[in-house]
Amino acid sequence: MAPNAVGERRRLLRADFPAFLTALRERGYRVVGPTLRDGAIVLGEIRDETDLPIGWTERQDAGTYRLVRRDDAAVFGYTVGPHSWKKYLFPPRERLWSAVADGTSFRLEPDAAEPVADAFLGMRACDLAAVRISDRVFDRTAPDPGYHGRRRRTLRIAVQCGGAAPTCFCTSMGTGPGVGSDHDLALTEIVDPGPHRFLVEVGSEAGAAVLDRVPTEPAGAADVAAAEAAVARAAAEVGRHLDPAGVRELLLDHPDHPRWADVARRCLSCTNCTMACPTCFCSTTEEVPSLAGDRTEKWRRWDSCFNLEFSQVHGRPVRQSGLSRYRQWLTHKLASWHDQFGSSGCVGCGRCITWCPVGIDLTEEVRAIRADPTAVAPPEAAP
Amino acid sequence: MSIVGEAAPAAGSNPWWPTPYRVERRVAETGDTVTLTLRAPTGTAPPAFAPGQFNMLYRFGVGEAAISIAGDPARPTELVHTVRVAGKVTESIAGAAPGETVGVRGPYGTGWPMDDLPGRDVVVVAGGLGLPPLRPALLAILARRERYGRLEVIYGARSPKDLVFYDEVQAWRRRDDLRIQVTVDAAGRDWYGDVGLVTARLPDARFEPARTSALLCGPEIMLRLTARALEQAGVPPERIFLSMERNMKCAIGLCGHCQFGPDFVCRTGPVFPYAAVRDRLDRREV
Repeated sequence: MAPNAVGERRRLLRADFPAFLTALRERGYRVVGPTLRDGAIVLGEIRDETDLPIGWTERQDAGTYRLVRRDDAAVFGYTVGPHSWKKYLFPPRERLWSAVADGTSFRLEPDAAEPVADAFLGMRACDLAAVRISDRVFDRTAPDPGYHGRRRRTLRIAVQCGGAAPTCFCTSMGTGPGVGSDHDLALTEIVDPGPHRFLVEVGSEAGAAVLDRVPTEPAGAADVAAAEAAVARAAAEVGRHLDPAGVRELLLDHPDHPRWADVARRCLSCTNCTMACPTCFCSTTEEVPSLAGDRTEKWRRWDSCFNLEFSQVHGRPVRQSGLSRYRQWLTHKLASWHDQFGSSGCVGCGRCITWCPVGIDLTEEVRAIRADPTAVAPPEAAP
Repeated sequence: MSIVGEAAPAAGSNPWWPTPYRVERRVAETGDTVTLTLRAPTGTAPPAFAPGQFNMLYRFGVGEAAISIAGDPARPTELVHTVRVAGKVTESIAGAAPGETVGVRGPYGTGWPMDDLPGRDVVVVAGGLGLPPLRPALLAILARRERYGRLEVIYGARSPKDLVFYDEVQAWRRRDDLRIQVTVDAAGRDWYGDVGLVTARLPDARFEPARTSALLCGPEIMLRLTARALEQAGVPPERIFLSMERNMKCAIGLCGHCQFGPDFVCRTGPVFPYAAVRDRLDRREV
């Protein structure tokens, strides 16, 4: 079998999919991908194909998510769940370093942990966009060793969407549903018309090296056409929209718009949106000393701009009101992110909409401000 | 920094690693504020810093805090920090006795616009613990005093007991090449100086507004009022510089805590031209 080349398109039959998972493991990857847990499709280790949510999909909308059976046996017949790949690249809790007491001083200890190479199986186009953004976020003053150490070893196996959830708005943000070129392998699942198969596009040498171990055939025109039709179907299904034109100025120029107070009355400051967001990167550090006091560890864990103590200076939060905290989140995500990282911080995945317990929808909030940017609060609501 | 084992990369290659410095001197400034002089590990020198920059200071088993550099830039072998006790981390740093160890990461952030100052009148306004971050700039100006125009210093504190670098401030008062006004919010009968806000001292300061650069550090309300007063007096807003304070965890633009509009205070600050931050400064809870 001739080795695969970057840019090549191959047909992988559904029956040979287990061989693909085996090839990933043989190449030394730990495979992580979508799996069923606690009534949702989350990300976890994929030991064999039975760990994948075959034949399942979800119904999601603002503040609601329910698993439902599909009427076919699609392997990737769903969209995005509460987890994003940041949980692997930027873990919720991560040890930054450890040190031991050394007389009156201290000494840093080398990290003995074996680096794991992950194969991210089932990244959607919006997920790839989120990783592109995170690559820049974690490379500010100096590359973050933890993030970039993991990122360098990661194999990105994309799956092009064949459908959209009601919360999806990737087409607005220009991130999907089709994948671009920054993947190692891109799969498009074709269930119908049969046979059940995948179109596999080779995006890198690392991807080719995996595919070389899997029985595939050159893709035919029918495979390519079916894949394009699937992506077109997903694009057509996208029902939510956020007009990105001028959003930066719209939000930054209207910090006193009454809609901020309106959304603040609904927002619980629960931090769910920031935890589910694939690009939210705020963190805090914690010192974790041993009880004996001879050893200590520095940990980083996810934090959120919705937490009151997040902005604390001299015991007082800078952003005390819920209004100011929601405004900070949305203006950062959609506006000042452009100044900081050269793009929007939003990829249109819709996770923050689904996982908001009160169903706050940022596309709706932006639309409300855009509808009447110069609106002022009614007099009785004024301070 | 000593790193054991082969698995560890070269020292300094990880931006999260503190380097252990030895406390050489500890001077009590006030009841809750001390100045530490730190020495780098044997055979090394502290990295060069610009006046206005800060370090992350670390105590083993306790944690880290962002603290401005207060030392003389002409004495690069010693690292000087003035720390006020505000919580358990600063309490531990301030309690570090000579011979003990304080971890250091840095320096970080932007400094005062030292290149902008020669040939200009310089107005320095410090509120409370705003003096230590301004001290390196003041010492650099005094070291080459002839290069600058008038030098006006206004230093305010809560009470006479809260004045830091007291002996040095007294020595400055005796100099004839700078004017310093010291004012406190409240004082007893033993205080012969001014009482009131630093802004109330501005009309007595002698400077030519159009050729003045101003350096401000202190509580945010003081920065806002002083910058506004200086602008009204005719100092160009792009020549008024203020050092902002925000919650800081990483100091390398990764943790998100110090965001102030589009700025990460740890990277594009802490020193900002007033013109760049005026709108945000006038708004609450940004």
